[in-house]
Formats: sequence, structure tokens, C-alpha cells
Amino acid sequence: MAVSTGPQRRQTWRTRLYRWDSKGAPYAFVAPFFVVFAAFGLFPLLYTGWLSLHQVSLYNVSRSRWVGLQNYTDLLSGPPSRFFWNALRNTVTLGALSTVPQLLLALGLAHLLNYRLRGRSFLRIALLAPYATSVAAATLVFALIFSPEGGMANWLLGLVGVGPVHWEAGHWTSQFAIALIVTWRWTGYNALIYLAAMQAVPGDLYEAAAIDGANRWRQFWHVTVPALRPTILFTVVISTIGATQLFGEPFLFGGQSGHQGGAANQYETLGVLMYDQGFRDSMLGRASAIAWTMFALLLLLGLVNALIARRLRRAQ
Amino acid sequence: MHLSATSHSRRTAALATTGLLVTALVLTGCSSSSGGSAGAGSTGGSRITLTVGDFGTFGYKEAGLFAAYSALHPNITIKEDTTTAEADYWTALQTHLAAGGGLDDVQALEVGRIALATSDALNGSFEDLAKAPGVNKDDYLAWKWQQATTADGRTIGLGTDVGPMAICYRQDLFQAAGLPSDPAQVAALWAGDWSKYVQVGQEFQAKAPKGTYFMDSATGLFNAVVSSSAQQYYKGGTLDYKNSPSVKSAWDLAMQADAAGTSQGLKEFDTPWQTAFSQSTFATTVCPSWQQANIQKYSGPANSGKWNIAQAPAVGNWGGSFLAVPSTGKHKAEAEALVAWLTAPEQQAKVFQAVGNIPSNQKAYSLPGLVDFKNPYIGPNAATGQLFSTAAGTIKAAETGPHAGDLQNDFSNGILLVEQNHKSASDAWAATVQQIDSSIQ
Repeated sequence: MAVSTGPQRRQTWRTRLYRWDSKGAPYAFVAPFFVVFAAFGLFPLLYTGWLSLHQVSLYNVSRSRWVGLQNYTDLLSGPPSRFFWNALRNTVTLGALSTVPQLLLALGLAHLLNYRLRGRSFLRIALLAPYATSVAAATLVFALIFSPEGGMANWLLGLVGVGPVHWEAGHWTSQFAIALIVTWRWTGYNALIYLAAMQAVPGDLYEAAAIDGANRWRQFWHVTVPALRPTILFTVVISTIGATQLFGEPFLFGGQSGHQGGAANQYETLGVLMYDQGFRDSMLGRASAIAWTMFALLLLLGLVNALIARRLRRAQ
Repeated sequence: MHLSATSHSRRTAALATTGLLVTALVLTGCSSSSGGSAGAGSTGGSRITLTVGDFGTFGYKEAGLFAAYSALHPNITIKEDTTTAEADYWTALQTHLAAGGGLDDVQALEVGRIALATSDALNGSFEDLAKAPGVNKDDYLAWKWQQATTADGRTIGLGTDVGPMAICYRQDLFQAAGLPSDPAQVAALWAGDWSKYVQVGQEFQAKAPKGTYFMDSATGLFNAVVSSSAQQYYKGGTLDYKNSPSVKSAWDLAMQADAAGTSQGLKEFDTPWQTAFSQSTFATTVCPSWQQANIQKYSGPANSGKWNIAQAPAVGNWGGSFLAVPSTGKHKAEAEALVAWLTAPEQQAKVFQAVGNIPSNQKAYSLPGLVDFKNPYIGPNAATGQLFSTAAGTIKAAETGPHAGDLQNDFSNGILLVEQNHKSASDAWAATVQQIDSSIQ
């Protein structure tokens, strides 16, 4: 009896193991991501939310004091409110100054690269080079270009007879310079995404358009752009998120006063304000409140994007 | 097709391995962080490693002091854990103090942080060093000792260096503007009164070579005036900058210097400020002892011997540090002995000879090679050892508080608003007050 059931039992054990393997293995394989995400994504998010309801200093987290929503009301109308609204405005203007030209340029570049060009692969790699450069290196080079003393930007302006500009000190001049760094770094990346999408557009659409007498410009406008709509939406979402979190470029561009976005806070973004309040002024609670406000802002922007996307899909 | 398929699966495998590795690292990282050198214990005979956390240039490695200490105590190895920028160092130190882990056996504290470190919020994290063997209170400059002493009389840090101030000036530019260039005569121009320094600036500017300014920035002037005064940002234990006479006169003098066009309006320590040294565009700068190294580095060999140094109208302190022993350390007794040895006169004198930091231990001043030290780049051969050690002795203790360092930054920024962003003095003052209010809870 025992002898005859042996292999059978082993059989069921093996099938059970096999079944467990096919059902459980995927979870085991994705587990590392979720463990890391829980430790470095979810926990900090929740803990930051908890901190934002306290008055707590960086050096003394254990002595935190419950203050309810005071950190949030302070941001909206308390002592730091002037800096918060200023940072929000700067984030919006810097975001617009960098995202809009960046995506338009990327679209144009992708269109040009879609033609049969000599050295096409080289050009594509060259486009991606700024993206591969570190923020710190790029920003320091641009800070030299826009330096008031012997910078290249002022030298070029001097050639056409325009007096030296103190780029970093001015409100719009500094924002222009920072937007240029962002644009320089991300245009190539977006262009490659557009290019990939363009190559998926069926060639017969262009042939049909050509037979109908459409020139290249009209082909671009009536065939390429509609086909790229989902891709454009994707890049808009990604760029908006990037613009909301803008930190490295303004922080490093300002040198000694970068931590507060310039002496007059003229290019202080929400990210820079969060850093300044949290790590320079040791006010972790308020910095956490800024972090959550940024999070809420991103959710709001995501919602608006989703609504627009649905609209567009319906229009199609 | 086949090729891309293999490379794809290979990449998946690599990714999976990386994922597992990262998880493993994270898990082991969490469990072993509290391990460290726990096994060594604090018994005299066993081998131990002491870690010293500091920033910038403390000069211990340069003067060979860690190696010398290990030679004296063969069972002790010292590891320096150094960060270039003090601001980054302080951020990390705060989080380590809050977490109660990751601290070094010895931690350096900059003078701008010492008031916070001695306050009730933090002083429990550090050991009282007054009773450590070999420590003699009277050896240290009285005001330096006082800065690291808590309200209940515990001294949590021993002084390393101090930053007594002088004025560095360009002899060639002074001559060109018809001013004397001998240090004694130059010091006499503004002796005892910062407003005379601003007046000399106006005289200089009237005859200055084209494209040159009297001073690099009015922020240096502001800090010098405040730090050489008896009442600074605090009074009676509370922040009281609005009624402080020194803050008012420093602000007014800075505004006056800027309005008269005597300041180049540079942002101190920024790249344009550094290049301005080599371009010889300003004639004076406020010169704490550590500034000599910057002058030499940024002015370059081409300007060797063109700078000289004179006594400031009034002496203040700018910079300098302390060494402290965190209470959570495993080798506190050994760490305290190391701190006492590193801040003793002989060692401070060696650091001075290696990197030029002015000792806070007065006994070091009587050692050879200090008071008679001459700087070959400045002067040339200006008697900087004599000048700075005398100046350090005349600094008076002033009340300070946890936010003194923040206020110094906020006011420097307020002056930049006038110099670079062309705001009116009253607008800049209002913006500075707002900045201060928003950075204190």
C-alpha cells in the first residue's frame, strides 16, 4: 500500500509545487520592486505627511510638537506665505518658459530627423548628449556663460552694442537663463520620443496625402501631428512633472544664494523653497507641508491632463 | 531577430539580479548599521578606531597629527571623515543627531552652530569636556571657551581655531589713489572707527584707477561691523536685532558705502568674486585670518607682494571651530583624550604652521614659529602671526544665540538686494525682516 502511493504522493507534491511556482513566482519576481518602493517611496510619503502636521526641527525629530494644519495655513497666509506664493509663481513661469519652447523645438527637430539625412545616427546620438550630461556640470557651464564678468552671453550682446546684463540678479533674465538650461538638456530627449512615434506612422498616409496635393508642411500638420497626439500628451505630462519639481538648475545657478533662488528670490521654485526651509532653516515640518502641497499640485495637474486627454480622444 | 532576443533575456536577468542585490543590500544595510566597532569595547589595551568628523581644512592631516597620535597610542587608529562644505556637513550632522546613529567619535562644530549646539535642544547630545584630563580652561581664549559653555556650565566643545579680522589691501592701488601704503599708516587712517574706513573709501574712489573699487562687497563690511561690537543680534537671551545699535550702524555704513560707489557689489565667495581677485578690481577686503589663503589662491602668483595687511578699525571674530564628543559614542574617554590633545598648544601651533589657522589656545602664541611668522605672499613678509595673535587676544565676548548664523546670512543677502538687485535701502530692510521672520519658528 505504502509502496504504491509513494510516487503518486510525490506526483501531487510536485504538481502542487509546480502550481505554486507558476502562480507565486511572478509575485516573488516583482517583490523586490515593491519592497524598495515601500521603503523608499511609500514610507517617506506617509512619514512626510505626518511630519507636515508637526513643528519639528531637523536636529530634534523626537521633540516634535503637534500643530495640526498650521504649517499649511502658514504657507497660504502666514510669515512664509510671501515666499510660498512667489515660489509657486516662479515654478509656473519657469515651467512655461522651459516646457513650451522645449516641446515645440523637439517636435521640429524630430520632423527634420525623420527625413533621410546623411549621418542620421550621429545626429540622433548628438541630440541625446545633453540629456546624458549631469545637471551640475551643465548648470555650472551655463552659469559661466551668463556670468556678469566676462561671460559669453554678455560678450555676444556687446557685439551688437547692447550693454552688459546682470543675468543672475534680474527677475526675467535669470528665469530665461535657467529655462535655457532646462530646454538645452531635455529637447533632445523629447525629440527622440517624437521621432520614435513618427516612425510608427504608416507611410501610405503620407503617400495618400501627397497624391491629394499636400506639401510637406501640410503633411506634417495634418498627418504627423494628429498621429502623435498621444505621444505629445505623454511628453506634456512628463515635462509638467519635471517643471513642478525643478530644483537642481536654479539651486546651482545661484551659487552662494542659490539655496534661496537668488538674493531677491527671483528664481526660487517650490523645490528650492522646500530645501531652504527644511535643510537651511531646519524646519522639517514646514518643508514637509511644502512637499505635500507640491504632491497635491501634481495630482491636480494630472487630473487636468487626464480630462484633456479624454476630450481629445472623444474629438477623434 | 535572434540576437535581439538573447540580449533582451540577458538584460532581464541582469535587471532581476540587480533588483535582488539592491534588496539584499537594503536589508543587510539596515541590520548592520549599528554594528561598527562594537566588539572593541573601551578597555585600554584593545585596538580601537576613532573617527573624527570635520569639514573644510582642519589641518590635522596636513600637520601629521593623526599619525603622531597613533604613534603615541599604538592601540588607537584615527579615521578622518571629512566634508568639503560646512553647510552639507551640518545638515548631515543634524540628521545623525536626530537619529542618534551614524555619528563619529569626535564631531567638529563651526562657530555659527555653537549657540544652537549649546542650547537646551541639543546640548544633551554632547559630553562635558571641561573635566576631561589635560584640559585647562585658562589656556583657551576666554570668549572662545564661553561660546561653547551651556547655561548650566557644561562646556561641550573645545576651541580649535579662531578668525580674528584685519583688513587686506592692495598697496599698488592705494599708491595710485594717493593714499599711504605702509601698514601702520594705513591702519591709522581708520583706527577705532568703521565710519572712517568708509570715508577712506570715498577718498580712494575719488582718485581711483579706472574700473577699480575700494571694497569687494558691502556685506563684508556689514559683518565686520556687527561682529566687532559688544551687542550683536541677541540681548538678554532673546533675538533683538531691530534694536541693536551695531546692526543699525553696520546697515547704514553698508548703504553709505554702496551709495558712494565704493563697493564692487560682488557676492562673496561666488565665482565672480574669485575672478575679481585676479583682475585686481578692488583695493580692500575684510580679512579674517583664513582669508589669506583665498587671497593667495585667487589673486595668483602674478599679484604676489601686491597685497598687504593692516589692523581693522575694530577687531571682531569671523569663523573658527570647536571639537565635540557625542554622548552616544562607544569610545568617549578615548575621544575626549584625543580632543584635549588636538586642541593643546603644541598641536594648535603645528596646525598653524601647516595651514595657517590661528589657535584659540593662547598658550600656543608663546611657542616659536607663531608670533614671529611672516607671510611671504602678503606684504611680502607681512608679520601676520603677530597681527592675528594680538587681534585674537583683544576680541571681547558678545552674546550670541541659535539663529545668529542665519541672521548673518539674511543680512548679507539684504545688502545684495541693494548692490545687485538695485532695491532701495528701505525695501531691502523690509525684505530682510520678512526673510528672518519666515526662517524662525
